[in-house]
Amino acid sequence: MKPTDISAPDYFHKVVDCQWACPAHTPVPEYIRLIAQGRYSDAYMINWQSNVFPGILGRTCDRPCEPACRRGRVEENPVAICRLKRVAADFKDDIRQRLPRPSARNGKRIALVGGGPASLAVARDLAPLGYHCTVFDADPKAGGMMRSQIPKFRLPDSVIDEETDYILNLGIEFKGGTRIDSMKKLLADKYDAIFVGSGAPRGRELDIPGRKEAAKNIHIGIDWLSSVSFGHIDKIGKRVIVLGGGNTAMDCCRTARRLGGEDVKVIVRSGFEEMKASPWEKEDAMHEDIPILNFMVPVAFVHDNGKLTGVTFQKVRAEYDAKGKRSLVPAGEPDQTIPCDDVLVAVGQENAFPWIERDCGIEFDKWNMPKVDPKTMGSTHPKVFFGGDAAFGPKNIIWAVAHGHDAALSIHKLVSGEDISERPLPEVHISSQKMGIHEWSYDNDISADMRFKVPHRDKVVALKDIRAEVELGYDVKLALGEAQRCLNCDVQTVFAPNLCIECDACVDICPMDCITFTENGEEGDLRQRLKAPSPHHDQALYVADGLKTGRVMVKDEDVCLHCGLCAERCPTGAWDMQKYLIDMVHAGSSCPTKSRSAA
Amino acid sequence: MTYIAKPKFHHPGLEKNALGFIHRDYEGKISTLCAGCGHDSITASIIEACFELSIEPHRVAKISGIGCSSKTPDYFLGNSHGFNSVHGRMPSVLTGANLANRDLIYLGVSGDGDSASIGFGQFAHSIRRGVNMAYIVENNGVYGLTKGQFSATADRGSKSKKGVVNTDNAIDLVAIALQLGATYVARSFSGDKSQLVPLIAGAIQHRGAAFIDVISPCIAFNNHAGSTKSFDYVREHNDAVNRLDVITGRDPITVDYAPGTVQIVEQHDGTKLALRKIDADYDPHDRLGAMTFLQKHAAKGQIVTGLLYVDPDAEDLHTHLNTVEAPLNRLDADALCPGSAALEKINASLR
Repeated sequence: MKPTDISAPDYFHKVVDCQWACPAHTPVPEYIRLIAQGRYSDAYMINWQSNVFPGILGRTCDRPCEPACRRGRVEENPVAICRLKRVAADFKDDIRQRLPRPSARNGKRIALVGGGPASLAVARDLAPLGYHCTVFDADPKAGGMMRSQIPKFRLPDSVIDEETDYILNLGIEFKGGTRIDSMKKLLADKYDAIFVGSGAPRGRELDIPGRKEAAKNIHIGIDWLSSVSFGHIDKIGKRVIVLGGGNTAMDCCRTARRLGGEDVKVIVRSGFEEMKASPWEKEDAMHEDIPILNFMVPVAFVHDNGKLTGVTFQKVRAEYDAKGKRSLVPAGEPDQTIPCDDVLVAVGQENAFPWIERDCGIEFDKWNMPKVDPKTMGSTHPKVFFGGDAAFGPKNIIWAVAHGHDAALSIHKLVSGEDISERPLPEVHISSQKMGIHEWSYDNDISADMRFKVPHRDKVVALKDIRAEVELGYDVKLALGEAQRCLNCDVQTVFAPNLCIECDACVDICPMDCITFTENGEEGDLRQRLKAPSPHHDQALYVADGLKTGRVMVKDEDVCLHCGLCAERCPTGAWDMQKYLIDMVHAGSSCPTKSRSAA
Repeated sequence: MTYIAKPKFHHPGLEKNALGFIHRDYEGKISTLCAGCGHDSITASIIEACFELSIEPHRVAKISGIGCSSKTPDYFLGNSHGFNSVHGRMPSVLTGANLANRDLIYLGVSGDGDSASIGFGQFAHSIRRGVNMAYIVENNGVYGLTKGQFSATADRGSKSKKGVVNTDNAIDLVAIALQLGATYVARSFSGDKSQLVPLIAGAIQHRGAAFIDVISPCIAFNNHAGSTKSFDYVREHNDAVNRLDVITGRDPITVDYAPGTVQIVEQHDGTKLALRKIDADYDPHDRLGAMTFLQKHAAKGQIVTGLLYVDPDAEDLHTHLNTVEAPLNRLDADALCPGSAALEKINASLR
């Protein structure tokens, strides 16, 4: 193998699995260390820079970071990264003085359609640069789906208000209650750029017999949730069936439990394991006495003269073809009718752009989605950008934020007359953490604690009040314990072959058998010859040559604990623990240096 | 030394031995030696050898004297018996323990000061008697604990860290062990585990006095230019006569080496030592030849490593003394103290 180029910004970034997995590339270990030090405001600001909504995401994020967390590869559970983010938000001081000030206007006007996370992220990046940002939303308050679709018992209004206000107070013009119904008209207003962050607002229909006749008791999940959010609906029948297996279904069933549903069931077509809902959301639902029945396909709504009485299901089982593709085939059992009073349909969401005239210069694909460049977020119209669910269909908040950053950078470059397809490289800082012979500026003693549970409100109390937040968040002590579980994967093991005397001290001390000195070879061959097996080929091998014996040092990054014992035991300082920080480029970042400096 | 405990986490895919243990189950406390000490690599090699042989840790007695090397038994086999004895007295304590309980595996761990200076006589007599043990000397040529004075194994002409030349002749423990009748004699290098681990495994399996001299650079006082026990010097002057593979009962013997290059040595317990010859003319069964070979190469400044001599049919001290088979702690009071009538009988026979 060729020696690893550790100066490439991506190399060490991938070692910080959580940060690499985060669409917004939040520097997770950095803020977790700050939480451990009690520096909650600093931890909050790091989050605010990269993911814009720490308090909201700390409660609702889809947490792509956690399955990636290295801790999950060395013991049962990853670090509760998401809930630590909430700790930063819960315990911070007043941070308003640390936010950017609205700066002198630069005379450029940007229109943002939809007041959800994507548009707000764009506005957050552009407003401090002097742009006049106008956000349009059909709802009276900003927040989009975060406000309308996520139940208050998961995300209180106060958190949404606080974090949307931080952005709106940057001098953003918010036009609530204003639905944009024509792209042509908007284009005619001569904005310098337009960003569409209007979400995926349409719930998918379930067109089976009885749907029309029993319509009074059949509700589309996201519409029903937003009606509940805005107080238009405050009760539901005693027996409720929720159809669908995503997170919206989980929100629907738990909301139904709070509005009078006593016998609430979630019924899904697929198997329990393949459900789209996050595992923890399924757990929370089941904890509230909501059974999840699987492999049942709804075939008809049963009604008595228009009064819904139940739903009939066909039982199916999964069959896999040679390619592993799944199909659901009838199980051969008789259909089952489950009685109910109300049905909530949460079988997916769709985009809808009836307001974008098809001849205004924005091309659509065969699925009726705008053609969007995933790098620049630009459409085929040079001044129109898309982001969030409006760009590529339903995803989640953190993706919307990431799209927002990318679109804001594009808009800034467009308005500055630059080529938007040329994306500046991130700036990378790497610095030794050595303070003394065995002293590091990070805590390298690995905690053996298992994941701490987030305390929940008592179920009886929680189910009585739809606005009572179920999760209470970590207290300071639990937060410290959980923060200590972080393996500091951003503190990198950096090897200097010219200093190595090949004494094997690092090999002998490494608790995870990560390090091997051996003859060089092709990657497949090298992986066979490591001191411990290397089952995860997506995890890099760090290869260094230039040793006196002609061998190479090979470190499998996979399960390295970043405990620094290799560096502590190295007699010549050939190993060093160096903190790697990457600044993702945002609109107006002062840096965009082109150099790939990592020294 | 390191202040944090070595994390308990281990690689999730580690191999298990016949007992279901992973190699980390054979560790002891974290080393307090200087970072980079060769002794830590020997520790790791002992751990690896015991793991590979699927030894039950409670069946091992590790005995040492005084010195950096004699601290190391604390760093391996944390669940074994141990005795840290007086300076240079490890061989006597080991001999005594062995006589009392022949069922344990005896690991004698010593250094060049402990064995070639203060304990030279003790070393000689334990070898001479053929005590069943694996006697490992962690040989760095200096007194590390007292700031690096030459030890008795330092080569004549080698230089100290300050540049002083050693004018005394060196004791070659391997040569002495051969002369005194050790039945398994090897030399290796802490920086070459692939050679060292099987040599330790073979020594543990050997019945009789097994002696291994392991050159182990002292990172603090004896790893400079002018030293003959530095990483660089040993790597440059290492002349390996063979590489060893220890084949235990549970692994089928599949010898896939080129014909003529491998010599299989079967030991008393059925384990087989597969010697991959590097020096085609070297015969590990020839004690006299080994001594000559060793001296010739030493004169040329070469360090001969590998399994230098083995007598697979060796006997040990218990056989010579015709002692009782059972360990003393398993004999009852009647057997241990047969009474005055029996004593009278013995006395009468001597009159």
